[in-house]
Amino acid sequence: MRDTLSSTISSVTDLLLRSQAAPDVLTEQTGATFAPVSPIEIEARAVSKTFGATPIFSDVSFRLARGEATALVGANGTGKSTLLRCLMGLIPTSGGSVHLLGQQTNEATGREMRDIRAQVGLVSQKHNLVPRLSVLSNVVHGLLGKHPGPRHWSHSLAPQSSRETAMHALERVGLADFAHRRADRLSGGQSQRVAIARAIVGAPKVLFADEPCASLDPSAGEDVMELFFRLVRDENVTVVFTSHNIEHALKYGDRVLGLAQGRIQLDATAASLSFADLRGLYD
Amino acid sequence: MTDIAPSQNERARFELARFERPSAISFLGYALGLVIIFWCLAGAGFSLEKVASSPPRFADFAARAFPPNLEPQVLSRLGWKMVETLQIAFAGAVIGVILSVPVALLAAKGLIAGPWVNQIVRTGLSFIRAVPDIAWALVFVVAVGLGPFAGMLAIVIDTIGFCGRFFADDMEATDKGPAESLTATGARKLDVVACATIPGSLPAFISTSLFALEKAVRSSTILGLVGAGGIGIELKVGFDLFDYPTAMTVILMIAVVVIEIELVSGWARTKIIGEQR
Ligand SMILES: Nc1ncnc2c1ncn2[C@@H]1O[C@H](COP(=O)(O)OP(=O)(O)OP(=O)(O)O)[C@@H](O)[C@H]1O
Ligand SMILES: [Mg+2]
Repeated sequence: MRDTLSSTISSVTDLLLRSQAAPDVLTEQTGATFAPVSPIEIEARAVSKTFGATPIFSDVSFRLARGEATALVGANGTGKSTLLRCLMGLIPTSGGSVHLLGQQTNEATGREMRDIRAQVGLVSQKHNLVPRLSVLSNVVHGLLGKHPGPRHWSHSLAPQSSRETAMHALERVGLADFAHRRADRLSGGQSQRVAIARAIVGAPKVLFADEPCASLDPSAGEDVMELFFRLVRDENVTVVFTSHNIEHALKYGDRVLGLAQGRIQLDATAASLSFADLRGLYD
Repeated sequence: MTDIAPSQNERARFELARFERPSAISFLGYALGLVIIFWCLAGAGFSLEKVASSPPRFADFAARAFPPNLEPQVLSRLGWKMVETLQIAFAGAVIGVILSVPVALLAAKGLIAGPWVNQIVRTGLSFIRAVPDIAWALVFVVAVGLGPFAGMLAIVIDTIGFCGRFFADDMEATDKGPAESLTATGARKLDVVACATIPGSLPAFISTSLFALEKAVRSSTILGLVGAGGIGIELKVGFDLFDYPTAMTVILMIAVVVIEIELVSGWARTKIIGEQR
């Protein structure tokens, strides 16, 4: 408790000190009547990544404030998924540093990293549900960061409060009736909604979504995006999502980061961008 | 309509040799291979004379062994021995499969243990597999005395050597996506393994376990040759006393049981896994 408090304070002070230097990050807070000071929740400083001798990207820097939804766009293979993994600390960066929720991830211990990640959720292109388990168990797994141990391995063993939390998350994605269905007996759209329930069940502060609707048909994809952003807007969650759908990037992102030729070539508010600006990234 | 028949030019280009001429090196390779095969045949004491003279001897054995001994007392004695054999096989395989799970967790790359541990455990498993089951049985006869318990321990060890390795391979091959999604929400490695990796590998585990059971049944039928319990002892006694009809009954019984087990396990495999896609 004291840890989170002090880290929040330090990131706020950090921010106040820095806001002079980099005001651009903070200017576009929507709907606020006073000068908004949202803490920076994700910061990349000169991050680079190479796989073996292959450079993927380098000198990637940005700061994302709380409640901001950022679309990460770029052609296939430019390293969007890799960048998300680096931000979550799932793979090490080759250079630079990532600060997630006030902690520098490459210096955090395994335990500290888990504590940070307990406030993070991930939705990926493939829903990544565990096929042979029930929908409810899959959602209960989303609580493992906060409640480690065998009681959260299956919904049957989970404490009542966790089951209720999980059911509530399923309710929010409209799938409470499917709680006992096996996860591999769902349609693609339903699976993706369960994956969203699993990502939000722990009330994360930060959500990463890697092409959350890439495997869905346009209408189901639209539904999933609508649902996802309705849920996260309510809770002031910070979101980073990748998408090949330019309209989605402009519609759901407050801010757009464009990755091309191993660099961030574009960093602007969605409102200031046109379809053509983004289209240019792919050429 | 365009003409799709190949032009003269194309025909020449498409005219590929049906057989490639071996290069000097591959020719040497083939020659060396032949030499090695002949060398091995010589080492194995291959003799055409013995091959030629064996049918009459075999016919003699067959004549003495047939009809198999079907006396009720013998059948009931052998039947009970066969029951003991299957008990050894099942108990050994079940314990072996259970113990294989933690071993495999240590052997699988990138799960819970570091590369050094992976390598050490995998080497240990290779060693277990390198020692034949009958040799393990001899070792356990020395350790715990004659009887089925020694046989069961041999089956346990043999199963760990087999399942430990293949469970580890199965887990390395399962979809990493669910594990990554759980890791991203701060789950511990052990929780990730329990919730994503093991459920994901379950069909492969079941299939591997059924193979292990078939293997255990086959092994258990000969453990008796070294006094480690089961029906093998009857085979040895039959041959030692030139009681070929009884030995023949044993062989037929083993064949029937092994084939039966393979059928059941094949059926169970499709039933359990086929249905789960
Ligand atoms: N584990 C890995 N080892 C080696 N190379 C990798 C690895 N993961 C990704 N790459 C390479 O890194 C590059 C970026 O991959 P990444 O998946 O991040 O791209 P992406 O922008 O997400 O593409 P897409 O739009 O197709 O999802 C690719 O060239 C890929 O081949
Ligand atoms: Mg990707």
